[in-house]
Amino acid sequence: MQNIKTEILEILEKNSRVSLEDMAAMLGASVDEVAAAMDSMEKDNIICGYTTLVNWDKTDKEFVTAMIEVKVTPQRDRGFEKIAERIYLFDEVKAVYLMAGAYDLLVMMDGKNISEISSFISNKLSPIDNVLSTATHFVLKKYKDHGVVIEKKREDDERMIVTP
Amino acid sequence: MMKPQDFIAEKVRVMPFSGIRKFFDIASEMEGVISLGVGEPDFETPWAIREKGIYNLEKGRTVYSSNSGLMELREEISKYLQRKINCTYCPKDEIIVTVGASESIDLALRAVINAGDEVLVPEPSYVSYKPCVSMADGVPVVVNTKAENNFKLTVDDIKDKITPKTKALILPFPNNPTGAIMEEGDILSLAEFLKDKDILVISDEIYSELTYGGKKHVSIASVDYMRDKTVVINGFSKAYAMTGWRLGYAAGPKEIMSAMVKIHQYCIMCAPTTSQHAAVEALKNCDEDVEKMRREYDRRRRFMRKGFLDMGLDCYDAQGAFYLFPCIKSTGLSSEEFCERLLFEEKVAVVPGTAFGECGEGFIRCSYAYSVEEIRIALEIIARFVERVKKERG
Repeated sequence: MQNIKTEILEILEKNSRVSLEDMAAMLGASVDEVAAAMDSMEKDNIICGYTTLVNWDKTDKEFVTAMIEVKVTPQRDRGFEKIAERIYLFDEVKAVYLMAGAYDLLVMMDGKNISEISSFISNKLSPIDNVLSTATHFVLKKYKDHGVVIEKKREDDERMIVTP
Repeated sequence: MMKPQDFIAEKVRVMPFSGIRKFFDIASEMEGVISLGVGEPDFETPWAIREKGIYNLEKGRTVYSSNSGLMELREEISKYLQRKINCTYCPKDEIIVTVGASESIDLALRAVINAGDEVLVPEPSYVSYKPCVSMADGVPVVVNTKAENNFKLTVDDIKDKITPKTKALILPFPNNPTGAIMEEGDILSLAEFLKDKDILVISDEIYSELTYGGKKHVSIASVDYMRDKTVVINGFSKAYAMTGWRLGYAAGPKEIMSAMVKIHQYCIMCAPTTSQHAAVEALKNCDEDVEKMRREYDRRRRFMRKGFLDMGLDCYDAQGAFYLFPCIKSTGLSSEEFCERLLFEEKVAVVPGTAFGECGEGFIRCSYAYSVEEIRIALEIIARFVERVKKERG
């Protein structure tokens, strides 16, 4: 069963819209088996969601994405967990990673503009107890995200129609 | 005065064009054809390999290599064969790098055939074996593999075909077009039978990385007493999606390799150097890319097979290469009729089994070197077509 789960994850990671029937056919399993494996992975929080990778640059929606390096003092007994939680509970925050290296937490967030992000940092993020300092970077362009080259053109199949 | 055609040598004149070519000519004139007819990967060559090629071009490493190929590449091939098929070949004089595995096939045959020697050619199989045997003045002796054996080559298939003139046996597994593989037991029976016979095995293992269902490729050269009467042929086209780089290799006892190098040095000089540099990277650092592609093929294989079974066609569980070989006898059509009508009436191109030998009659070769989406569309159309044809018959 472990094997089928890994295969399901590999398929879904690339395309979360694959139907149960197709996945079953690809894995040589029954639809019920695939459905059961997905249910159990959803329950176990292995599958945390089915999202769509959007190239917002091609839409009218205007916003900026910031990556904020945050240095904190870990709390006794709780380590970084509690601080991370205080940060990720803000809706504006899209991702929080604990990092090894020059800083502790990497916070990713979207805002309508730079001043919205700066206001979030000065009013909400920095005042949190144990946050020592922040350094903010703005994303100019995404070339590749989640393993997908954003602006890749669909190239025609250059192979000949029939070859030996 | 002689006309241009009168200059053509007799043995070339009588050689037919490949059955695939005829199909290609028709299909390529048509617009909007959906194809399952391609014998090459749909993946791009992994970037690490391409990048290595570009780097070496930038460095201006564009001169000839030694006839046998870059030593660095031969060393990597030697390590690869050791870890994959458990055979030891000396990079210095037991490995030769060629222009595709195709050239290795040609070299091996030309190096060993005397006029009139017979070469056993199992069919259905890749289209070039018979013509290459003929061009070397040998006599191809066709050995039919059978659907009931899952198209494996058995001792029973060959034992009546052996004569005092039999010089070599071509062993094309994993097989194009049937997708058949030879498992350890199959290889051992065959080896046992060949043990006391003076027959050279030319083992075309170009699809060796592409086996499924937990089956690993087994080379007959790994049987100790067969090692010195086997030429192992492999290449980069299928496993590393490097068809256009034209790079393959042969490994075997040094006496035979030396004979092959002799022909190769006069005809070809050496395989393309850029491809050779890139191939070093392939063997050193790309096992994971190969495995990713293999797993993807495996999913498509299962997806496609279910499609054929659902439309009521027999389709055995082929566990190698990237082809399925469904049986279309239940439609009442011959392979050629089936493929021609499917092409003209539905614009879907698949290849008649007969393009790979007469015993391919009743079968079609369908490649799953396509995305699941493309396969789905093609299968839907084929299902519609099969249903219509069956209705016509009433």
